[in-house]
Amino acid sequence: MLIANRLGDGLVVFRAPDGSWVESIEDGALVDDEASGELLEAGRIDEQNNLIIDPNLIAVGLQSGKRRPEQIREAIRAAGPTIEVET
Amino acid sequence: MYRYDEFDRTLVDERVEQFRRQVQSRISGELSEDRFKPLRLMNGLYLQLHAYMLRVNVPYGCLSSDQMRKLAHVARTYDRGFGHFTTRQNIQYNWIKLEETPDLLAELATVEMNAMQSSGNCVRNITADHYAGRARDEIEDPRVWCEILRQYSILNPEFSYLPRKFKIAVTGSPHDRAAVGVHDIGLRMHHNAAGQPGFEVLVGGGQGRTPVIGKTIRDWIEPEHIVSYVEAILRIYNLYGRRDNMYKARIKILVNALGIDKYRELVEAEWAEIRDGVLKIEPAETARIDAYFQAPAYERLEDLGDELKAIGRVEPAFGAWLRSNVVDHITTGYAIVNLSLKAPGKIPGDLSADKMDRVADLADEFSLGQLRVSHRQNLVLVDVRQDDLHTLWQELDAIGLATPNIGLASDIIACPGLDYCALANARSIPIAQDIGLHFADSDKLQRVGNLTINVSGCMNACGHHHVGNIGILGVDKRGKEFFQLTLGGSSDENASLGDRVGPGLPQSEVPAAIERIVDLYLEIREDDECFLDTYRRAGMEPFRQVVYGAGDAGQEAA
Amino acid sequence: MSLVIDRTIVTDPYQRIADDETIPERGAVLVSLAAWQANAQNLRERSDPIGVLLRSDEHPEAIAEHLAELQLVALDFPTFRDGRAYSYARLLRERFGFTGELRAVGDVALEQLHYMERVGFDAFEIDSDDPLAAVATADRDFSVWYQPSGYRRPSAAQLRSGVKPPAAA
Repeated sequence: MLIANRLGDGLVVFRAPDGSWVESIEDGALVDDEASGELLEAGRIDEQNNLIIDPNLIAVGLQSGKRRPEQIREAIRAAGPTIEVET
Repeated sequence: MYRYDEFDRTLVDERVEQFRRQVQSRISGELSEDRFKPLRLMNGLYLQLHAYMLRVNVPYGCLSSDQMRKLAHVARTYDRGFGHFTTRQNIQYNWIKLEETPDLLAELATVEMNAMQSSGNCVRNITADHYAGRARDEIEDPRVWCEILRQYSILNPEFSYLPRKFKIAVTGSPHDRAAVGVHDIGLRMHHNAAGQPGFEVLVGGGQGRTPVIGKTIRDWIEPEHIVSYVEAILRIYNLYGRRDNMYKARIKILVNALGIDKYRELVEAEWAEIRDGVLKIEPAETARIDAYFQAPAYERLEDLGDELKAIGRVEPAFGAWLRSNVVDHITTGYAIVNLSLKAPGKIPGDLSADKMDRVADLADEFSLGQLRVSHRQNLVLVDVRQDDLHTLWQELDAIGLATPNIGLASDIIACPGLDYCALANARSIPIAQDIGLHFADSDKLQRVGNLTINVSGCMNACGHHHVGNIGILGVDKRGKEFFQLTLGGSSDENASLGDRVGPGLPQSEVPAAIERIVDLYLEIREDDECFLDTYRRAGMEPFRQVVYGAGDAGQEAA
Repeated sequence: MSLVIDRTIVTDPYQRIADDETIPERGAVLVSLAAWQANAQNLRERSDPIGVLLRSDEHPEAIAEHLAELQLVALDFPTFRDGRAYSYARLLRERFGFTGELRAVGDVALEQLHYMERVGFDAFEIDSDDPLAAVATADRDFSVWYQPSGYRRPSAAQLRSGVKPPAAA
């Protein structure tokens, strides 16, 4: 899956199958290794077009039926901070 | 505190509009990210894991109640309802939108706040003793020099593209509460042989990947020369600092490479050319700015120390708070009060918008409307009447800011770590929360005594782990979060860097390891040695053994 | 690439001579430090203007004693992040007394122009579709700043003590 930060608000977004960028990992396009190069290229074009910043390919698995990036850093990006904040 | 005149205001307003233009250029694509990034960093805007993060300057840690209210408003309006106070006395917001930042900055400008140069390869917020102007052990209030240096460094045309960031800290007291020994320039006020107050200038201190204690480049300099001297240091650094490798670009690397004697030679030669020029601080300018830092009109009050202690015996919770959070004030009848943002289990340094408003009100009611931010991520009310202490304590207790733990084991410094920061290897906040809960018991806290525990989520050391009595550094070990412990660090006038205990531990084992370290200390301490003294006396070996068990130290290196 | 001097696009009268080229007998030339050092005598005998181009790792003390012979000093910014030439510019103007054209070349763009002008550059080789718009924007960005420098316009300290800013340029 391709992850990035949206330019205008900095939020974490995933590239969806239709080429848009979405906030939920469940709606992101999951591709196999072969297609990942193409996905990254598409992301780089979106970056050139000032939609997003710093597109990166990340490995995503399933945990209790929900998608979860395999790297802890990306998992935190997808799900938010692991601590409860005081508001 | 300093108040902007028309020139200060115009400068900040113009910078906000310039940034607005730069943001528009970025969003339209006219400016690439590569060219925009240094510009947004120079206005304190980072791109972090979840969103943009804005770091707002709190100049030398001084804040008014109105400014605190505005910070609360910003948290509510532009963020998710809270802010984080940092180890450089600044405040950070984690959920900022780029497109809203110019408006946010414009709002801050209305209360004379800004985010200029809170990041970037330029001179950052100048930090100072959070008790400046109020501490009994102070030689002279350093804030006038901090403000003069602040103005000197802001939008400085020669030094906005340094090899790397540049941090300056100042203490007016021989007891260094500003960690000047681990800054690029540290200024330590003291008297020369003739009894005149001036600065010892330290250079090349820093933490991060290659921690170094700063070296004395000049034993004593008259304060009127401090700007020209800083210019000489900056110019030599700008000219000769490495630009080929960002991990070797700080001034500490240059000072190490040349040796302090050679570096001093270059700086003194440069300084000789400029010392008597326009940068010599005129008495009129010193007087102008000093007027803002005049002590308030205190009342003539009796010292209530004994009475307070008596109340403390009857109300032990109040007594504990008095002992740990309240500090002697230079004026009889007054006190300096630390507000602990470290309630066990809370996120160190974080404060909700509601509590910011409440703290602002308390500052107005009890402390002449002034606050300080300490580099240990706590707040300070510096002008509290002793006869108000009990009432204030109750008010603080009601909002959870009265934990009696300043300088004690649960007064933990923690950087935002992997929960927020794009640079981090591991999460620092959960570790800090865990350890804090282990030391939740007030009696235990007091028994352990002074103990600084500092947690950094990566080698950039924003949590100042190198100078914690116990330092905890998050490392990435094959995709898992591990933590290396260090012992024996100190950020005061006898600064020292912590020694590595051994291979990293998984997160689950860290709080217990800390407990074993502390229990050992309690066991072997002599007289009323604090932890640091015991460590310095007993050495690493006994501590290493309790962390890893005898003979187990040979685990694979983390 | 446009050369902007005094808010006007001008044709560059200087011919930039590469190190492996022969320096022509006539015409204004801009040469590298190495070339200038190797050909100092010849260059002094020419009657047309000489400029020296310093790389960002070449300290201007190398030419400090000879500034009277030079009509142009160009300082290179290999990347806008390399801030050494800001110091070189101040040294050239304020320490070594250079009064000729001080030109910023290389990665010179809108967002750095204000600082460049304040440290003493008066000519800018700008890579932009609309270099005059860039210069005008940079001009408008700031009307006040803190640091005194050789710059002709007053700093905040000077304004505070009553120095009048010059009428708008």
